[in-house]
Amino acid sequence: MTRVTLVRRIAARPSIVFEALTTAEGIAHWWGPDAGPVLIAETDVRVGGRFRVRFRMLDGSEHESSGEYLEVRSPERLVMSWRWLCGEEDPNESRVQIDLRPIAGGTELTLTHSALFSEETRRSHEQGWSGALDKLVRHFQEIEPGHDHA
Amino acid sequence: MVNYQARLDRTFAALVDPTRRAILARLEREDAATVSELARPFAIKLPAVMKHLDVLGEAGLITRSKSGRTVTVRLRPQPMREAADWLHRYERFWSTSLDRLATYVEAKEAAVRAKEKGEGRR
Repeated sequence: MTRVTLVRRIAARPSIVFEALTTAEGIAHWWGPDAGPVLIAETDVRVGGRFRVRFRMLDGSEHESSGEYLEVRSPERLVMSWRWLCGEEDPNESRVQIDLRPIAGGTELTLTHSALFSEETRRSHEQGWSGALDKLVRHFQEIEPGHDHA
Repeated sequence: MVNYQARLDRTFAALVDPTRRAILARLEREDAATVSELARPFAIKLPAVMKHLDVLGEAGLITRSKSGRTVTVRLRPQPMREAADWLHRYERFWSTSLDRLATYVEAKEAAVRAKEKGEGRR
């Protein structure tokens, strides 16, 4: 399974971080890949409940993602499915897991966004996964920076 | 667009095998190689190498051209760029979002601490 993992050390206690991750008011302050505004934020934070967030980027484009909460363990873990509204480059469902670990002076946040693949691919990855694939893919990304989205 | 998942799936399935990754890495270094040149470093028989090349070919990661009895293999990196795009897109989304999240919650934490300190004095 291919995935993006990011780790942040944050000077705030886990309960404050968890609240910011799960409330509409909190999400409105941080969600999105640039400083553009969040237009809609809805959350129903329980297993089986859904979230929906729409934001506008500085280039004027609007994007919306939604999904279902798969695991809710305040203030240490949040797992949700993720899908962009139609029109995005990745129309498939993926999975986001956020773990919060208390550390001195705050929280260590680990976020993993994983692509979901077919059973067959998943099995073969379990047998052979080593992280080498990520390296190889990244390598090709580095050597060919000016590519188009064919 | 409809086939995006299938393509991505196939790319990652092809890349998961270490022999296939080694073949791709070599094709990335050398512009092209014949099938027998590719087979030489591996302790596996030629038919097994051909099978790996079939998988890479079906995933669109290599092209093969025949000239006489020699088959020349070349890298076709587009599917890998698509996979790289997938990683890059979410990395960018979450990296900026988490930076903003940190700024927001750290201000909240500071406010809560100031309030707690004030209450402690009373």
